[in-house]
Amino acid sequence: MSDLKVVAEPGSHEIVITRSFDAPRDQVFKAFTDPEAVAQWWGLRDTETLVDELEARPGGRWRFVERSGNGNEDGFHGVYHDAVAPERIVYTFEYEGMPGHVLLETITFEERDGRTHMTDSSVFQSVADRDGMLQSGMESGAAESMDRLDEYLAKR
Amino acid sequence: MRADRLDETFAALAHPARRAILARLMAGEASVMELAEPFEMSLPAVSKHLKVLERAGLITRGREAQWRPCRLDADPLREVADWVEGYRRFWEQSERRYERLDQYLRRARREEGPDDHDSG
Repeated sequence: MSDLKVVAEPGSHEIVITRSFDAPRDQVFKAFTDPEAVAQWWGLRDTETLVDELEARPGGRWRFVERSGNGNEDGFHGVYHDAVAPERIVYTFEYEGMPGHVLLETITFEERDGRTHMTDSSVFQSVADRDGMLQSGMESGAAESMDRLDEYLAKR
Repeated sequence: MRADRLDETFAALAHPARRAILARLMAGEASVMELAEPFEMSLPAVSKHLKVLERAGLITRGREAQWRPCRLDADPLREVADWVEGYRRFWEQSERRYERLDQYLRRARREEGPDDHDSG
């Protein structure tokens, strides 16, 4: 049973996600910062993730590309501000489909009783940007439906 | 969906007695007296709640009998469901992502083996 929690208070610039994992902290930290690991789970949607670059150190760059079933690609990139193993990573995040809307993401890992507790805070440049990210659930849901419709039509 | 209509709906729902009235009306129409029965509330107090629900479009009051039957109107609740749906998808996508991370961590552990430990 997952303990995922998403907190987005009205009028705030922030989304805070918390969840715990059945693994020690150093493994979870590695899952977030090792290019081969990231490719296996990261996708924001149920898509294939290609790690173009990932340098988890201050000033390091990262870029991932999500490729959906029908060949659509979405790029995401940013710069690391901080990476302290095994407790914290801090980086900027920008979606290449919406340039100029940058968020600052801080992910911390605490270990308690063999479990790792993750806190992921994303701070946006405006409340509108923050709300847009939350509503992206609607849009990408619609996009996925369209993808599925395309596939269905292609088979006929 | 209009923002002011959502505001009114949420305000109407923000009282346990009004939510209980709506729940009862899901089972079918009812009179004011029938709705008042489960509460230790005066009839005027119940009527006040019904007015709030009616203004928000959550219930309609019939005129066809001597008693005015109260009926549930689902439209405002459908709007709430639509509004919540976007957030549900965000939550669900986050959850699927972390489930993939769970799977990755399990695989990594299996490959590591019980005697093999990173010094972290």
